[in-house]
Amino acid sequence: MLNPKLKLNPKIFNADCEQVPTRKGFGQGMTQAAESNKNIVGLSADLSESTGMSPFTEKFPDRFVQVGVAEQNLVTVASGLAAMGKIPFCSSFAIFSPGRNWEQIRTTIAYNDRKVVIVGSHAGLSDGPDGGTHQALEDIGLMRMLPNMEVVNPCDALEAKRAAIALSKTKKPSYLRVGRVNVPIITTEETPFEVGKAEIYWLPDVGLAQVGIIVTGVLTSAAIFAAKELENPQAGGEGIKVKVMNLSSIKPIDKDAIIALAKETKKVVTVEEHQIAGGMGSAVAEVLAQNFPVAMEFVGVKDQFGQTGQPEELMKHYGIDKNAIKEAVKRIILRKQIT
Amino acid sequence: MLLTEEKILELSKKATDIRISIIEALVQAKSGHTAGPLGMTDIFTLFYFHILKHDSKNPDWADRDRVVLSNGHICPVLYATMAHAGYFPVEELLTLRKFGSRMQGHPHRETLPYVETSSGPLGSGISQAAGMALVDRMDGADKDRFIYCFISDGELDEGNSWEGIMFAGKFKLRNLIAIVDRNNIQIDGNTEDVMPLEPLADKWRAFNWHVIEVGGHDFTALNEAVEEAQAIFEKPTVIIAHTIPGKGVKMFERNYKWHGKAPNKEEAEMALKELKAYRPS
Repeated sequence: MLNPKLKLNPKIFNADCEQVPTRKGFGQGMTQAAESNKNIVGLSADLSESTGMSPFTEKFPDRFVQVGVAEQNLVTVASGLAAMGKIPFCSSFAIFSPGRNWEQIRTTIAYNDRKVVIVGSHAGLSDGPDGGTHQALEDIGLMRMLPNMEVVNPCDALEAKRAAIALSKTKKPSYLRVGRVNVPIITTEETPFEVGKAEIYWLPDVGLAQVGIIVTGVLTSAAIFAAKELENPQAGGEGIKVKVMNLSSIKPIDKDAIIALAKETKKVVTVEEHQIAGGMGSAVAEVLAQNFPVAMEFVGVKDQFGQTGQPEELMKHYGIDKNAIKEAVKRIILRKQIT
Repeated sequence: MLLTEEKILELSKKATDIRISIIEALVQAKSGHTAGPLGMTDIFTLFYFHILKHDSKNPDWADRDRVVLSNGHICPVLYATMAHAGYFPVEELLTLRKFGSRMQGHPHRETLPYVETSSGPLGSGISQAAGMALVDRMDGADKDRFIYCFISDGELDEGNSWEGIMFAGKFKLRNLIAIVDRNNIQIDGNTEDVMPLEPLADKWRAFNWHVIEVGGHDFTALNEAVEEAQAIFEKPTVIIAHTIPGKGVKMFERNYKWHGKAPNKEEAEMALKELKAYRPS
């Protein structure tokens, strides 16, 4: 069942569940944060509308800086703005920022420990028709490797909104990953969000879970749907009891929550719209290998580039959709327990 | 600000002392860059002892001028000048590039006072300085102080440099002043062989900057160039300072082989002897 403590959206399983892109939530959150904090400024590399920043640019044109198609300049100017006390949000597509300008982010923002929020939109396979050149599947790894950098990958537009507000208030530089396409609203205005904290979104009605799914970003709804179907024999499921953890805050990582889930289930499946190498699953593996090693399965892109297609076709092709999650759970059930 | 004969003599002595400190630090470090720091010593001396609005006893003073050193590899001249200006003990320069030292191989802003940014990877300084100047524009403070950015000629090979130059031109950042160390060398050779920069002044002009060319070792001319830059109201200004790499030590001068290496003990002794012999009295 949906975790009743978190006040999640009860309409999530309805066909008419509202669908909104996470980039839109980012823009709303940034604008709301900017209303109460005049130091918040926005920059974009010729993609202010596509990345969802328009509500801010329309409301605060004097606080918006258009840098043109120049992602290296985008983040280095932002570093200069932060040096003078501003809180810059700079947006582009994730493949360009942090894809193209990673060293500038490393030296002038992370190494300098400057408070800049880097927003990477159209992340993952969600930029389907644009093809493999535009599908950022490496950005979580690039950013979580940087000392000082916080990394947040929200599950829906409302969480993206809360994350943008929360990241405007932390002291550290951060990366906010958002997507292009509509995804179901699974949280509500009352659902808690805290940088560095993971939450259990789905849990068995009674008893302990047999498998823990740890998911990040827009695949969270797919993971919940998978858990519901696996649990229910009437819907063709195997009666497998599953917990689903939303790990939207990848760095700082909620070690305690991850270890607790591993101790309960002894079997963990990670799910992300990203390369398996270096992504959220790797971050979870780093925690568990050192603290409580358990069997793991990784649902993610397997050392491949993307290609042109509709996002749902691509998710299926690359094995990161609901069915792939269910298969991974069934596989891990058959595996020998490590601990 | 007027530069008197007396002040010029004082600056000349100071510059020699700073060059001596640079050599002493480099020979201890056993690695690092020699030509660039010596070539920029006169400019750094003029700035830290005459031009900049700063206070070594209160490095975080809110109204201070900002300095962005884009080409972080010439930091021996930054460290030595700042030490002589009272930011840290001159003896500490001997820890350059050693484990645990604040004098990192390339500057780290968190370890040192009055260092606004970390640098080393080339081409990012102009953009950061432009961001700083833009904040002064937004906050209505661009008549109260200047943002100075020191850059090398070699790093004008970097695309990021020109992105920043284009950006500053767009926003007409009047309190942004860039100083190019036009010493014509980079690690692999002379700039015009590695990747030609000329016509350099025309390039900056085409990007909507005011351009001044000046000799990099003439305090009076340099001071006048900065005053002109400060007087330009409608655009950012670049001062292309023609410097002699390795200036002050004959065997280092104009030789790109001294761009990226430190003198050994014997070479340092010769250099120090020459510098001390010519120190103005």
